[in-house]
Amino acid sequence: MAAIHKNNAGAGGSHPDAMTARPFSIRRTIRETDDTFSMELTPCEGTKSFSFTPGQFDMLYVYGVGEVPISISGDPSETGTLVHTTREVGAVTGAMKKLRVGGTLGVRGPYGKGWPVKEAEGYDVVIVAGGIGLAPLRPVIYHLLTHREKYGKIALLYGSRCPEELLYLKNLDKWQSLPDIETRLTVDRATGRWRGNVGVVTTLIPGASFDAPHTMAMVCGPEIMMRFTVPELQKRGVADEKIFISMERNMKCGVGLCGHCQLGASFVCKDGPVYRYDEMKDIFAKREM
Amino acid sequence: MENLERALTEHPFLAGVEEKYIKLLAGCASNVVFKSGEFILREGKEADSFYFIRHGKVQAETFVPQKGPLAIHTREAGEVLGWSWLVPPYKWHLDARALELTRAIAIDGKCLREKCEEDHDLGYEVMKRFALVIVQRLEATRLQLMDIYGGHSQK
Repeated sequence: MAAIHKNNAGAGGSHPDAMTARPFSIRRTIRETDDTFSMELTPCEGTKSFSFTPGQFDMLYVYGVGEVPISISGDPSETGTLVHTTREVGAVTGAMKKLRVGGTLGVRGPYGKGWPVKEAEGYDVVIVAGGIGLAPLRPVIYHLLTHREKYGKIALLYGSRCPEELLYLKNLDKWQSLPDIETRLTVDRATGRWRGNVGVVTTLIPGASFDAPHTMAMVCGPEIMMRFTVPELQKRGVADEKIFISMERNMKCGVGLCGHCQLGASFVCKDGPVYRYDEMKDIFAKREM
Repeated sequence: MENLERALTEHPFLAGVEEKYIKLLAGCASNVVFKSGEFILREGKEADSFYFIRHGKVQAETFVPQKGPLAIHTREAGEVLGWSWLVPPYKWHLDARALELTRAIAIDGKCLREKCEEDHDLGYEVMKRFALVIVQRLEATRLQLMDIYGGHSQK
C-alpha cells in the first residue's frame, strides 16, 4: 500500500492499557430491527468522559463468551455515553443481545481511523450506506449537522433489503424533515404501505443533489455494495481520492499486533477501517483479498 | 407545441438531442397528469406509449396472487418510464402506478416507431438512449438479486 490517509489515528492503539477492557454498564437497549439492537453504555468506574472520531470502533467483551469489534454509532458530541449498534450473527452477539439494562460489558477502544470529517469541511458530502453500514456513518451525520455551517450540501443515501430492516427510524424521520440534509431511502423489496423508493442504493446516486467535483463521499456497507457504489460515484464525477470506504475484516487485537485483520500491507484495525478509495482500489478488486 | 419542445429539451433523458429530433418527438407528445394511486401501465396491455416523468414518483410492480402488488422499482422526475413500446410484442411486462401526483410527457410509441423507421439517425439516437436505460435496469435488477445488504456482519 502506497499511503494510508492520516486522519484520526485511533486513541486505543497508543493507550498503555489498549489490551485491557474497561467495564461499562448498559444504560439502555434499543431494538432497531428483528436482529439488530443498539446499546447505550456508561463507564462503571474511572473517567466518565471519553471521545471518539466518527468511524472508529470498540472491542466489546461479553464476559465469559468472547469479544467482537463493533462500530461506535452514537453522537460524538455526547461524551458521557457510548452507543454501539450490533447485528446478532453469532455466539458473542447473541449473548450480548440477551444482556439487560444494568448488565456489564467490557470495552476496549476506540480503535482505528475514522471518516474524514475534518478534511470534508468546505465540501459537499454524500453518504452512501447499505444495511447495517449506516451504524458507523451515523456519528458522521451527527457531526455534520452539529457543525452544519462548515459543510456544503449534505446527502444521505440509504438502502436496505426491506422497510423493516431500515435502522434508526426516528433519526431518518427527523433527517427527512430537515432542510440541512437531503435524505433518500430505498429498499430492495416492498409491499404494503411503503411509499418510498424501490431499487438498490446505487440508483439514488444519479438524482442526489451534490456538486461532484467538490464532494467527499463516504460509503459503508457490505463490500459488494461498495464495489457497485464506487463506479456510480465516479460516473457522477467524484474523484477517487475523495471517496472513502469502510473495510471489514476479522479484527481481534485492535492495535495491529495479531495480524488477523491484515489486508495487503495494512491492518484494518489500525490503518482502517476507513480508507481512501484510491489507496485501496487495487486490493479492493482482488478476489484473493 | 413550443412548451412541449421546451419541456422535452429540459428532460435529462434527452440531453444533447438535436433540435430537429426534439421537434419530431414533440409531434408524438402530449402532457399527462396522474393522480396518486392511478395506474399508468397495466401488465399485458398494449405498450402504446412511454413517459418522461417531470414531477412525482411512479412505482413499477407486479401482482402476486394471494400477496398483492410487489414493488420492483420506482421512477422519479428526470427519469423515463416504459420501454416495452420499443420491442415486439409491444405489451407491458409490469404494472406502474403513480405514488403521488405525477406529471409527465407521454410519447405515442407507434408514432415514434414510424418516425424512427423513416429516419434511421433518429432511430439510432432513440435506441442508444433506451439501450442505456435497459442496461441500467438490468444491472439494478442483478444487484437486487444479489441481496447486497445481506453479508455485513458486525459493523
